[in-house]
Amino acid sequence: MNFPVLSVITFTPMVAALIILMMPAQRRNETRAVALAAATFALILSVWVYFSYDQAAAGYQFIEKYNWLPALGISLHFGVDGISAPLVLLTGVVMFTGVLISWGDEDPHVKAGIQDRPREFFAFLFLLAGGVFGVFVSLDLFMLFFFYEIAVFPMYLLIAIWGWVVTREYAAMKLTLYLFIGSVVSLVGALVMYWMQYKNTGILSFDMLVMENAGFSQAFQNAWFLPVFFGFAVLGGIWPFHNWSPDGHVAAPTAVSMFHAGVLMKLGAFAALRVGIMLLPEGAKHWSWVIMLCAGIAVVYGAYIAFVQTDMKYMIGFSSVSHMGLVMLGLSTLNQNGLTGAGVQMFSHGVMTALFFAVTGMIYDRAHTRMIPELGGMMKIMPFAGIGFIIGGLVSMGMPGFSGFVAEFPIFMGVWQSQWLVAVIASISIVITAAYIMMNIRKVFFAELPDKLEGHVGDVTVLDKVAIVTLCLLMVGIGLFPGLMVPMVQTGVENILRLLGGA
Amino acid sequence: MFTSTMFASILPEILILVLAILILVIEPFWKEEKRRNVGWLTAGGLLAAMIVSLLFAQPGEPATTLGGMVRFDWLGFFFKMLFMFAGAATALLFMDNEKIGHRGEAYILLLASLLGMNLMAASADLVMLYLAIETTSIPLYVLSGFMLADNKSTESGFKYLLFGALASTIMLYGFSLVFGFTGTTNMYQLADMLKAGNLPLTTALGVLALILVGLGFKVSLVPFHFWAPDVYEGAPTPVSGFLSTASKAAGFAVLIRLFFVAFPDFAESWTLVLAVLSAITMTVGNLLTLQQTNIKRLLAYSSIAHAGYTLIGVVAFSKVHPEWSQLGAASVVFYLAAYIATNLLAFGIVMAFSRVTGLEDIKDYAGLSRRSPLLGLMMLAAFLSLAGMPPFGGFVAKVFVFAAGVQAGYVWLVIVGIINSIIGVYYYLNVLKFVYLYRMPNQDEEKHPVPLTRPYTIALVVLVLGVILIGTLFAPWFSWSDAAALTLF
Repeated sequence: MNFPVLSVITFTPMVAALIILMMPAQRRNETRAVALAAATFALILSVWVYFSYDQAAAGYQFIEKYNWLPALGISLHFGVDGISAPLVLLTGVVMFTGVLISWGDEDPHVKAGIQDRPREFFAFLFLLAGGVFGVFVSLDLFMLFFFYEIAVFPMYLLIAIWGWVVTREYAAMKLTLYLFIGSVVSLVGALVMYWMQYKNTGILSFDMLVMENAGFSQAFQNAWFLPVFFGFAVLGGIWPFHNWSPDGHVAAPTAVSMFHAGVLMKLGAFAALRVGIMLLPEGAKHWSWVIMLCAGIAVVYGAYIAFVQTDMKYMIGFSSVSHMGLVMLGLSTLNQNGLTGAGVQMFSHGVMTALFFAVTGMIYDRAHTRMIPELGGMMKIMPFAGIGFIIGGLVSMGMPGFSGFVAEFPIFMGVWQSQWLVAVIASISIVITAAYIMMNIRKVFFAELPDKLEGHVGDVTVLDKVAIVTLCLLMVGIGLFPGLMVPMVQTGVENILRLLGGA
Repeated sequence: MFTSTMFASILPEILILVLAILILVIEPFWKEEKRRNVGWLTAGGLLAAMIVSLLFAQPGEPATTLGGMVRFDWLGFFFKMLFMFAGAATALLFMDNEKIGHRGEAYILLLASLLGMNLMAASADLVMLYLAIETTSIPLYVLSGFMLADNKSTESGFKYLLFGALASTIMLYGFSLVFGFTGTTNMYQLADMLKAGNLPLTTALGVLALILVGLGFKVSLVPFHFWAPDVYEGAPTPVSGFLSTASKAAGFAVLIRLFFVAFPDFAESWTLVLAVLSAITMTVGNLLTLQQTNIKRLLAYSSIAHAGYTLIGVVAFSKVHPEWSQLGAASVVFYLAAYIATNLLAFGIVMAFSRVTGLEDIKDYAGLSRRSPLLGLMMLAAFLSLAGMPPFGGFVAKVFVFAAGVQAGYVWLVIVGIINSIIGVYYYLNVLKFVYLYRMPNQDEEKHPVPLTRPYTIALVVLVLGVILIGTLFAPWFSWSDAAALTLF
């Protein structure tokens, strides 16, 4: 038996959370150090998984399987393919940078990062991270739900306790209820699939690789695809169920916004793909126009709403809706280009938004405002953050040479192949995105520094810089060398196409 | 003749009786201020009794012993272990409640009621069953009204007595009708007598309705739930915890055995009734919970809702007749195990908190996580488990119950259940908001710690571990539940 790397990745954050909880509350820096150590460990392992994934062999790798409850066919079945390996890496990166950003600065003037009960904060954050890893690597439907819920409920606490005082209670409850409703709707679908499989084949199993061959009838797939897909897609921020997401982003503390936009929303899209499209492929074909419609609206509408925001976090929150709409749009094409683009976009958007929220958080912690009209001249004060934000902006606009282009170009190609009109309409969003990103950069980073902020605002910490550099390198790296990620995603896409009966 | 099987079938009860007598003899010799230590004795004794029973009295093939009075099978045994565990935890929670924990009578009453519960889970005869139910109830009436100086407690005890007596009378009337129609009181013989041909459906359902009043009262199904909030609120908190867990589970043990063993032929009809009751119970319980401001009343109403969820499993079990897929019953047993640990934990925390502060409103929990991080975390575990979130027991239990419901074709009932668990998430999180988010009026939590005494620490930590273990390593629990369900017939 090989080294069980996936379960180690999944359980590292959870074990770390337990250890952190047992430390004395006054030992704040030791708590943070343990958190950073665990995050670094998980990051190293996820990088290792990513680079030792054998692209030639494709399929699911690093397989681990332990029978958990044989009577009902529940097993702890882990494995990654070309779609989930980048997402595991993404989670590792966001976790690592999230800890760096939250470390903060205890200077009384700045009050950056998490200073109130850091012990509990990191414990909940790591519980969430463990859940996210678990979803990405689970090949068992029951365990997928198990980890999915673990990833959802700490959000409530993280936002409600450490969030922005004005909206945190409302936003946290709204987010939790939306996500919980979505997940239980999917859960009913999953249970129905489970028993239908038993009826068809006599096998009791939650294993998704087994369920792929359950032989669900066309009528059954048509009936249950939409609940299952949309139940998960709620977390992916699909229109018209996107409303919780910007509110949640705004209310959340910086590291949680990074997790939320960077990773959690991918969780929704990923589970919708894994459970909805891959287990109910015929239903996906039947309903793909609905997804395309909703995703198309999300793309344009999200971009437009982002354009009119004056609060930076709301702006980024709605731009996330727009970009996740692109992921959904890619999924809805059900062709190779679209799916590949969606896979890469999940990673690219995750890194990009994490960076956006990190920088916004840094500005807010120091300037105590996120209102675009009240800001200005940040480039002089925090050049590192400014350059990071500009790189993120270029990714967001889909500039060649950055990861956004590598992701969005195939998506639009795929959409064109399947429905050219949608591609034309959706491309409007690129223009709007460019407009609001550039206006934001001009005002916040280059305009005159308002008198009110003169002298109050300092530069970011070293740890913040490390986080920014890490995230930027990834985006530029993939932009310049698409070969680092695209072929890998393609191996995963081949498998999906096989299930869809095409290829 | 007294065989070893006979002995084994009531070994746990014998041990409980011995323990009770021991306490009765020893307690008067202890000094007043040492009487609290009876709690250690009770808890330790129950634990020892569990171990001895597990070693020497495990059931083999299902058998009926003692002249057809007692059924010796895994279902009964599993429930007995659950009850004794709950009893031990409750005894520990008694100890530092000055009103009841320093008096030996409380522990003896607890043991007497445990004895009754054990017999409820095992009885195979209606007469035995009735005696067992009364043996359970009467000590609980007394315990609910134990704090004589407290008006609420007295009210609680008296209310419980009146409602309980009425319900059990109606149930007894149902039993007598069953005897009248069939000439026997043995459940396992009743199954043969009560064939569809022998008894008109309306008559059978009428009799069942009478019996259901009694059992519905025990497990607090709507519309037999009115007593629960008042009694839970007024009774000493550990007693409320015991009432809402062990006593409720005992009711379900009887419900499963009686309905499935004695009335399988009418299952199609009465499961529909139970399905409707389940939907109503969940919905009413949850909607009423929404408005509660007192934490004990909140837990009381939410425990009504949990009875509704459990009932989904009962309904699911019967529907798949004639295959008798056991998932329904197994899920009920599993659900109850998870629920007992969780709800005892919740009540234990309430107890520990009000011992120090004397307060019981939800708003009084503001700042708890700063006053006592450990207690805050335990509260988190308890309430998330109640809300059905992993990695706590409540999640797996709910999924199993829902899975059983879907399997049996009750998708509508599962959907009702799911809507209800969403409501549940809302109000459970609302409580956690007070614990974690809000602060005390002067923001001086550090000056108001909530210290835990040793019995609380032990009981609560064990319960938290139980809740997490049930929720993560669920395979052994499930296979025991499964074994219990299998041996029903």
